[in-house]
Amino acid sequence: MTGELAALWAALADTPIFWLSFTLVVYMGAALLYQRSAGFPLLLPMLTAVVVVVGFLYATGTPYTVYAEHTWFLQFLIGPATVALAVPLYGQLPRLRRMMAPVLVALLAGSVTAIASAIGIAWAMGASLQTQMSLAPKSATMPIAMEVAALNGGLPSLTTVAVAITGIAGAIMATGLLSLLRIRDPAVTGFSLGVTAHAIGVARAFQANETAGALAALGMGLNGIATAVLVPLLISLVALF
Amino acid sequence: MQILGVAIARLTGVPLPGPLIGMLLLLAALLLLGRVPQGMRDTCHHALKHLMLLFIPPTAGIMLYLGPLEREWIPFLVACIVAAALTLVVTGLTLRWMLRRDGKTTS
Repeated sequence: MTGELAALWAALADTPIFWLSFTLVVYMGAALLYQRSAGFPLLLPMLTAVVVVVGFLYATGTPYTVYAEHTWFLQFLIGPATVALAVPLYGQLPRLRRMMAPVLVALLAGSVTAIASAIGIAWAMGASLQTQMSLAPKSATMPIAMEVAALNGGLPSLTTVAVAITGIAGAIMATGLLSLLRIRDPAVTGFSLGVTAHAIGVARAFQANETAGALAALGMGLNGIATAVLVPLLISLVALF
Repeated sequence: MQILGVAIARLTGVPLPGPLIGMLLLLAALLLLGRVPQGMRDTCHHALKHLMLLFIPPTAGIMLYLGPLEREWIPFLVACIVAAALTLVVTGLTLRWMLRRDGKTTS
């Protein structure tokens, strides 16, 4: 019996269909749990699902590369999904035209805060220069953040972790923090989510509503560009002292 | 659109991810068309609600990098979380303040 099970497992563990359905089931379970808890922030489906997936991979001794290879289809879908963001953005264009200046000022403030506070906190807590540089671009979307880290003396792999933790932390804290400040305008919460927590923030904003999602997508895109420009600028500014 | 975007990124050497350029192209196409086709609107609406699912595999990849972090994981984690909170607050407050100053509330 155990032998048969082991053989079955060996056959399953090498198929995309198993890992794809596994990810889907874990996601649905996590989403259901989130719904049952009436949206308890720490039960963000993304966090639960990643913890379960990583735990399962460890428990079964499956290397991450095998999992990544078999779930390439999901990762491939990120491309078309990014393109699809144009649709809600288009719906928000008339409003965006009216609030261009506020959006750009908020972007600048948010982006500088993200970079400076990441470096500052890491420095104050005695992290190495390399770690500080890896943390600097963490609010930008993953591909841009890794590029920026590499160009400025950080470690792209560390940046990946920082980007993921920031995204999850931002998505978890957003609702609580912003409602504490009595910020309820979906345009404002959405934009803040996008600037702070890149794609994960955008995903979180779309759970709320389409306006928030569109503004989050805008925030993510703009902050990607702002981070690439501001990180080297802020570093040379700090170097002056 | 994405294919076009990737192709343009390769050809012009613009430092933007292909899908991002694809998004801008679709946006330009929608502007030209002046409306969103019903089928496309529905598809996008449903697909984007489950965006998180797509990010599970790449995020699980952080398990590869937990090793080198051992020594510095506390400052690392604190920097990530506190900086995220600060960024949320500063962006939100600035945007609201700017919108109020302009007297153009969106809600």
